Amino acid sequence: MTGASRAEQAPEGATLPQLLRRNAETMAARPALREKDRGIWQTYSWKDYWEQARGFALGLAAAGFKKGDKLSVIGENRPRLYFAQLAAQSLGGIAVPVYQDAIASELAFVLDHAETSVVIAEDQEQVDKVISLQSRLPQLKLIVYDDPRGLLNYDFQFLQSFEAMLAAGRDFAAAHPGYVEAAVEAGRPDDLALFSYTSGTTSRPKGVMLSHSNLLMPAASFAASEKLTANEDHLAYLPMAWIGTSLVSIALHLTLGFTCNFPEKPETVSRDLRELGPTIGLAPPRFWENTLTAVLVRVADATPMKRRIFEYFRAVAEQADQYKAAGKPVPANIALARRLGEIVVYAPIRDQLGWRRARVVYTGGASLGADVFRFFRAIGINLKQVYGATELSGLCSVQPDAEVDPDTVGRILAGMEARIAEDGEVEVRSAGIFKGYYKQAETTGEALTEDGWLKTGDAGFIDKRGHLVIIDRAKDVGRLDDGTSFAPQYLENKLKFSPYIGEAVVFGDARPFVTAMLAIDPSTVGKWAERQNLAYTSFQDLCARPEVLGLVREEIHKCNAVLPAETRIRRFLVLNKEFDADDDEITRTRKIRRGFVAEKYAAVVEGFYGGAAEVEISAEITFEDGRKARLESCLAIEDVEPARQAEREPAYAA
Amino acid sequence: MAFGATPSETPGGVQLAVTGVSKRFGGVRAVEEVSISVERGKIAAIIGPNGAGKTSLLNMISGFYRPDGGSIVFEGRDISRARPSEVAELGIARTFQNIALFGGMTVLDNIMLGRHVRMKSGVLSSIIYWGLAQREEIAHRARAEELIEFLELQDLRKQQTSALAYGLRKRVELARALALDPKLLLLDEPMGGMNQEEKEDIARYVIDVNEQWGTTIILIEHDMAVVMDISDQVTVLDRGRKIAEGTPAEVQSDPEVIRAYLGGHHGDRVRAA
Repeated sequence: MTGASRAEQAPEGATLPQLLRRNAETMAARPALREKDRGIWQTYSWKDYWEQARGFALGLAAAGFKKGDKLSVIGENRPRLYFAQLAAQSLGGIAVPVYQDAIASELAFVLDHAETSVVIAEDQEQVDKVISLQSRLPQLKLIVYDDPRGLLNYDFQFLQSFEAMLAAGRDFAAAHPGYVEAAVEAGRPDDLALFSYTSGTTSRPKGVMLSHSNLLMPAASFAASEKLTANEDHLAYLPMAWIGTSLVSIALHLTLGFTCNFPEKPETVSRDLRELGPTIGLAPPRFWENTLTAVLVRVADATPMKRRIFEYFRAVAEQADQYKAAGKPVPANIALARRLGEIVVYAPIRDQLGWRRARVVYTGGASLGADVFRFFRAIGINLKQVYGATELSGLCSVQPDAEVDPDTVGRILAGMEARIAEDGEVEVRSAGIFKGYYKQAETTGEALTEDGWLKTGDAGFIDKRGHLVIIDRAKDVGRLDDGTSFAPQYLENKLKFSPYIGEAVVFGDARPFVTAMLAIDPSTVGKWAERQNLAYTSFQDLCARPEVLGLVREEIHKCNAVLPAETRIRRFLVLNKEFDADDDEITRTRKIRRGFVAEKYAAVVEGFYGGAAEVEISAEITFEDGRKARLESCLAIEDVEPARQAEREPAYAA
Repeated sequence: MAFGATPSETPGGVQLAVTGVSKRFGGVRAVEEVSISVERGKIAAIIGPNGAGKTSLLNMISGFYRPDGGSIVFEGRDISRARPSEVAELGIARTFQNIALFGGMTVLDNIMLGRHVRMKSGVLSSIIYWGLAQREEIAHRARAEELIEFLELQDLRKQQTSALAYGLRKRVELARALALDPKLLLLDEPMGGMNQEEKEDIARYVIDVNEQWGTTIILIEHDMAVVMDISDQVTVLDRGRKIAEGTPAEVQSDPEVIRAYLGGHHGDRVRAA
């Protein structure tokens, strides 16, 4: 570890609550958590954090919560949900955060599988959801709510307010002095701290068991290599159930003692980002794609003059970036234009996006298209790729500042190792390697090699510099009929760079050519239609308009132009719905569940390769409350003209 | 409790007693000898076909019209001759059928305006600002922020109301009425022109207001399903006269109501609702 970081000061082999207690002593008055509430940022110091967690732990103890018990939080990022998780861990319990937008059946599966005994629900909506499942959750003893709104007339014995828990805790403390302190003291780094249910691109969620040291070791290594300090500001707005949130907002947060901020509500995130100006950030590719789309939409709405200025300086920035990446000196005229652009375009955009003070931001969780990546770097945001897995407690590699490259995921962190198995799969050894899948010993065995390395399931290689390069999910990398290897994710990311294409699934394994099933981005295509004076009634209608299909075809042309002839997209279909986690088509972290989608839309794939001009699909859609309906429709399959290909490849025309 | 206002007193007891009020406009008898009494903490609905006199009745309660006869007693005080501003000061707030917001002002400013009658500092201290007026401003802003949170308007705080969608403007209007900390809230078609989802949202807010602060609510509404769902008592007007009153179930099965209000063959639909 390098000396510049505070991470060194973390005592070897601490637990999360032990770090919380340390912070409450060494930096009692410094802000630990900030929540935007009633329009202003309300601060909780490290002392408050510990006292609230301790108070709630006492309440839990009074309710019979003991070592090894599980507590689940359901809701947006709220201080009390963090207090509750630390409280459970203080008593030797395990936190099991769940996705707040999970539909009832998913929620029931996780809560039941994890044997959660206490649920902390953010508000009435979540309380209602849990109460409706109560008969299926024999282990559930207590539901605690944060926001009392609408719950005043609920009369259930197992339902308690957060305040009531604190009050019960005070009585308990009077009879048991020093109870929580002793429990925290007794905590061992190898105790289980967190079950993180993986989104499962393949099957039912699996409960990844992580210990305190699992979480803290990669955090310390990451903090050291990135020289993060106690002065960082972070805005936590991604689901608490995502491993990245536990890593940054809990493990890294407790290790370094910086400030973690929570937005007012999901709709205000972009404004809160700007107001706060965080110094670090971690978000999945989806976030960066959406941010870029939002920028491009604003540009499209601007006056022609402004639009031209933006386009010009964007091109300048990307050119300059390419010179730098190639290690060549930037020509003087471009360097000058870049400096001007900094004043008129780049800095204002960074400010609008809220990343003006950002020292470094990360993308992780899936691969981000190189074009999107380059855009943010070009306008001066230090965006870097990280790589990891839930089974590795989040992270195992990051790009050093001087070696950023859209094609790699960077160097393996200190204290970890990576190697490539014979079949090309990336394997990692780290102190972050999980303790197994809860109640699934056989599956755990499959995920690890005999000598204890984690099989990541990703195909990749290590380049000359020592950077890890991820190609795709190992099982997704396929070959066309003629033997050309192709990585669907790479093509999908290319397609998704278009602001009009929201989601894409590419097919081609063991097929003669590549095809794509697309979902348009409703906001940008909607705006585009508005500008074209194109009338439409509904999303379905919009998707089927020939003008929209033409627009999409144009976008595919652009994408094809930079692809080798063999892997160009030949046929496509625009789906008349968005991919939805409620329909199991994508995971809650918005990764395509390829196998499931291929199965669900088997008729489309058949149509692609059977030469059909249209295809009947019948898709099941699930409403938020779990009700299902069928969407029957007939969609057109479009051919992408093999543009100018005939000239270059006469054989094809013949 | 996180919310500033407290329920006025313990529920129960008649809060508003309207006795035999009438209102004529020239030859039109808009309201004739109508009596309604509403207990503290209840949700009362007024229904009836167009032109039945519902809004006129609300206008008399809120002091916009003076009744030609009869009396209106609010918490033991006769308010039939009171001016709208006096009625507001007594704790009666209302929303309008056609939204009456200041379009050029932000959501926050519109809500702050609703607190105007609760502000005490005079012209002089307001000019000096620091001290009394500042403290007052902060307290009122805190209350406005509670309402913004309550009605989930956080992301719209600084938006001009004229730029908002219709359903949202209705919500802002409700927030402004609540900013008065009313004991009695009069809602004139709070769900008019809304889709089903927006209606359900507003219905939830109405119930929450009633539960959270014990506010008495009188609402005019056409959506029978909502009326039957949320109200404790229903009064039916037709051509200026009261033709029925009682619990939703009683009113639903009243043959007079079915005939006069919905027409004979529509009876089934009322029951279905």
